[in-house]
Amino acid sequence: MSATRLPNRPGAARRRWLRRYGLAALGGAVILTWGLTALLAGYVAPHPPDLVNVANRLQPPSAAYWLGTDVLGRDVFARVLFGARTSLAVGFTVVILASLFGTILGGVAAYARGWVEEALMRVTDLIFCFPPIILAMAIAAALGIGTRNTVIAMLVVWWPKFARLARSLVISQRAQEYVAAAQVIGFGSAHILLRQILPNALGPLIVLVTLDLGNAILVFAGLSFLGLGVVPPTAEWGSMVSEGRELVSQWWVATFPGLAILSVVIGFNFVGDGIRDWLDPHARRR
Amino acid sequence: MLRYFLSRLMAAALMVLLATLVIFLIANMVPGDPVLTQLGDIAANNPDMVAAFRHRWGLDLPLWQRYWLFLTGLFHGDLGISIASQRPVLEDIAQYGPATVELSTIAFLLSLSIGLPLGVLAAVRRDSWIDHLARSVSLIGVSAPTFWLAFIMLAVFYGALEWAPGPGQISASTFPPPEVTGIMLIDAPLAGDWDTFQDALGHLVLPSIVLAAGTMGLITRTTRAAMLEALSQDYIRVARAKGLTRRAITLGHALPNALLPVVTLGGLAYAQLLTGTVLTETIFSWPGLGRYTFQSAVTLDFPAIMGITTVVAAIYVIINLLVDVSYAALDPRVSRR
Repeated sequence: MSATRLPNRPGAARRRWLRRYGLAALGGAVILTWGLTALLAGYVAPHPPDLVNVANRLQPPSAAYWLGTDVLGRDVFARVLFGARTSLAVGFTVVILASLFGTILGGVAAYARGWVEEALMRVTDLIFCFPPIILAMAIAAALGIGTRNTVIAMLVVWWPKFARLARSLVISQRAQEYVAAAQVIGFGSAHILLRQILPNALGPLIVLVTLDLGNAILVFAGLSFLGLGVVPPTAEWGSMVSEGRELVSQWWVATFPGLAILSVVIGFNFVGDGIRDWLDPHARRR
Repeated sequence: MLRYFLSRLMAAALMVLLATLVIFLIANMVPGDPVLTQLGDIAANNPDMVAAFRHRWGLDLPLWQRYWLFLTGLFHGDLGISIASQRPVLEDIAQYGPATVELSTIAFLLSLSIGLPLGVLAAVRRDSWIDHLARSVSLIGVSAPTFWLAFIMLAVFYGALEWAPGPGQISASTFPPPEVTGIMLIDAPLAGDWDTFQDALGHLVLPSIVLAAGTMGLITRTTRAAMLEALSQDYIRVARAKGLTRRAITLGHALPNALLPVVTLGGLAYAQLLTGTVLTETIFSWPGLGRYTFQSAVTLDFPAIMGITTVVAAIYVIINLLVDVSYAALDPRVSRR
């Protein structure tokens, strides 16, 4: 036993780990809980989410209705649980598709250089001329209301940031010697880009994806709040807040779905920060 | 420096022009039809009415011709006529613009005056309670949905405590001051009407806090990170060794070097505030551009959408340009690339 080794007080390692990754673990637990909720909402919810019961409208939280009921007497708790499905599904769809598209485009631009790069990057600059929510709003309104159309609208405005990041990452990797070595060996461009450069540039992309998931959920909830997201009566957090926005004394209708959004977004923030610290020890403890 | 500025200005103008093409194509290639949203049910079923409507708004012309009309109008300072309001889009923007400028400027000043000192303090007293406070506040600021935050603020400070006035720019019982700038906080004192000034200021409190929350979080985070970076540099150690006070080191040595990323973020944040008021304005019944944009988008009011997005893109590009130029001014190496 090394009782004389000062730094190793009992539990010191665990404390250090908690300091470093405690919040990330907490965020991960929150996300995991919401993920399970989304999958199991049908089994967990005490009432069906769309069951209208006008006689029971606007009941405060009680043993029967944990989070109260809304204007149509629907169970707010059940609707919050089911709302996780839409929010998580949309968040993941938008960010994963946008990151794939943006990364490919940015990677190709950086690897090709010349006019290809110039053209591709000017297109991304053009999308950056608009605030995301304005452009997404205009497109979503023009396409017609519905989750699929809103996702398409968000995709249009979402990919450029990944294209920019991927481009800068690939440019910095290109200068590395292992790329020159791969070229000398005779690997093709696609192989070098996908099998050599991409794995080395993946870290920052994963961090952005994680942090961005919360962002996408926020923007979708905002569009939904404006009536440009889901079609009623689908349970969705943003539209639930919208339904309860005038009900100041029946605060539970709008408060709980908002808290759900807040918890998911904070969760993704914690996880994203944790991954960044883990990948980049230099930036740790900033 | 001038050459640098001019070349950037040309590039920016070209960007805005291309951006109008993008928004034009998007707005016109989607399936939405303004006939259905603008005409009533009865009129929309009458082919003559529909044809007349299309002809009136040029919707029967080929795409390139419509874009050409838009461009020639743009160069004559004419953004066309809004289908919904039947007024020139430029007049609409001039009417709703000041309220948005007022709200977002106050929100920007608020987020800067809290975020900057909080970020500096958090970095100087790292891991203290104020650091934890700064990090929690900025985390909630960037993570909370604006529209929900607005609801909570209204429910607590207007509904329950009655500390703040409700939605709207001024109370219904207050007469708006004669319009000079359209900005209440300027027009009311100009008319010597301090009661209205107070009323308008009161109505600004809640929406500006809500709008500022996200920006303040970003500014706090960026300032804190930039200050930590600056404080770990060698010249700080030198300054300490010379025996400078902590205050002189923080404000005189570290802060100026930490400001560059904050300037970039600040510019972007202001652009985002100016153009990102849709949700806040909707909830607080604020008569600004955000609500106008939203109305135009859902009614497919093409001239209004084109006009407002052109203006928005111009604001975005110009602020980005100013940020770049201020960079060049702060750091002479930039313009001598």
